[in-house]
Amino acid sequence: MNNVWAVSNVVIKELYRRKDFYVLFILTGLLTGLLWSLNFFNDDRIVRYLKELCLLMIWISALVIAVVTAARQIPAEREQRTIFPLLAKPITRGEFIVGKFFGCWLATGMALVVFYLFFWIVTATRESNVPIGSYLQAIWLHWWMLGVVVALTLLGSVIFVAPSSTITIILLAVGGILIVGRHLHHAALQLPEPSQTILSVIYFLIPHLEFFDTRDLVVHDWGTISWVVCGLATLYAVAYTTLFLLAAWMIFRRKALN
Amino acid sequence: MPHKVLVNAAGCGCALPLGIARLGADWLRAKPLAKSVLICHIRAMKDAILKIENLRVEYRSRELGQATKVAVNGLNLEVFPGEVFGFLGPNGAGKTSTMNVLLGFVPPTQGAAYLFGVDVRQPIARQRIGYLPELTYYYKFLTAEELLRFYARIFKIPRAEVAGRIDAVLKLVDLTDARKRLIRTYSKGMQQRVGLAQALINRPDLLILDEPTSGLDPIGRMQVRQIIQRLKSEGRTVFFSSHELGEVERVCDRVAILHQGELKAEGKVADIEQKYQCGLEPAFLQIIGYQEAAV
Repeated sequence: MNNVWAVSNVVIKELYRRKDFYVLFILTGLLTGLLWSLNFFNDDRIVRYLKELCLLMIWISALVIAVVTAARQIPAEREQRTIFPLLAKPITRGEFIVGKFFGCWLATGMALVVFYLFFWIVTATRESNVPIGSYLQAIWLHWWMLGVVVALTLLGSVIFVAPSSTITIILLAVGGILIVGRHLHHAALQLPEPSQTILSVIYFLIPHLEFFDTRDLVVHDWGTISWVVCGLATLYAVAYTTLFLLAAWMIFRRKALN
Repeated sequence: MPHKVLVNAAGCGCALPLGIARLGADWLRAKPLAKSVLICHIRAMKDAILKIENLRVEYRSRELGQATKVAVNGLNLEVFPGEVFGFLGPNGAGKTSTMNVLLGFVPPTQGAAYLFGVDVRQPIARQRIGYLPELTYYYKFLTAEELLRFYARIFKIPRAEVAGRIDAVLKLVDLTDARKRLIRTYSKGMQQRVGLAQALINRPDLLILDEPTSGLDPIGRMQVRQIIQRLKSEGRTVFFSSHELGEVERVCDRVAILHQGELKAEGKVADIEQKYQCGLEPAFLQIIGYQEAAV
């Protein structure tokens, strides 16, 4: 694990020394702050819409940070040739991949904490009751969802050469899963064979990232979900993350670095 | 330094590895008359630190109809402890491909390579080596100190030792004053020296340098050469590729000349020069079949 932490430490340093995160955070903060400062028709219910909007922006920003950070890790190492002195040391390619994953995931987690802290402060200024439990569950599940996304992106980055291709494909795939993932099975039932089977197989193969989306619970103060369900969702994320990292390692370990 | 005692005692100009030298030093002091006998015995018994057996490296083209490119063909090579070994050849000769196999970047198509008797496919084979790639850029968002700390961690150097080692290597490459600066602010020469520092952080027994003076100004070249000579005097093994034949002539004990993936010549610089009755550069040109230019 020593090598894994060493690599992840460098990834984290890279994130906080680059400007991407700060730009996204300031942009999210500015837009949220601006919306929050407005008072629409003195309607208290508008707070819910603002919370929803704010959370949506946090989701988009966190997703962009996770995908962009993970997608450029391995291609940048190869392009800038930093991978050569690194892999010339006693470190396995598996440790390299896992180190990159943990680095991206932890860095994204830190960004997520900052985003949710900001959201919590802004909400606290408008609402007296801030459901801490729902917030903690939201951030926990969001973080694990991003773990799956980071692992998937790392897998994409060892398959596709250009980081831009990886970013586009992964963002489209994740966006697609989040928006239509839950409806695929119902849609499949309406289709003739073999489309029905194909779509059903896709439904059961893809990681259902929408499971981790508890924004509605936070926005409408619907309380927390069962911690057992939360734990099962975590295991589900662990399984998909492991699967994607394993696939990334299997491809990467055979790659000639020349 | 014990190994220096041994080197001087040998009187043959060949350096011995640190481990053997340290083990033998005390005994040698007690029985001075046996020095040369023992040294010859140790020299004969020494195993190759780097061994390449019948190595073949092929690159398959992804495009249909494109032939497979043979980068290295049937290469056999041995480098012994304490040697400075020059790996020469024109561009495309297969030097970097061979180094890539040694470092585990590329799997051999056929044959095998060993470092310290361990197959290069095992990451542990790289525990005792230092590697300086040609024109490599390091993590520009890190300082030299952070970079060295990162690599020291990968080598599992004890925490108590890390600071001392970083100080020593930065002093050696003359970067002590710039240690807290981000690498992105370094000149090309400074980046190459950071490269050397990272290659030395684990006090390697074998250094693999891929064109270490490439792109450096005369002062930078001189500094790199001085470092190689210093490492040689410390009894470390250096395996390096270079196009600077004058430099090779000055620092190498033995050389291998590669052309079109095949080993064309191997031996001491003086022996090659004697065989071809000329300096290393004209001899090199003759060996690779560029005789007109050699005249």
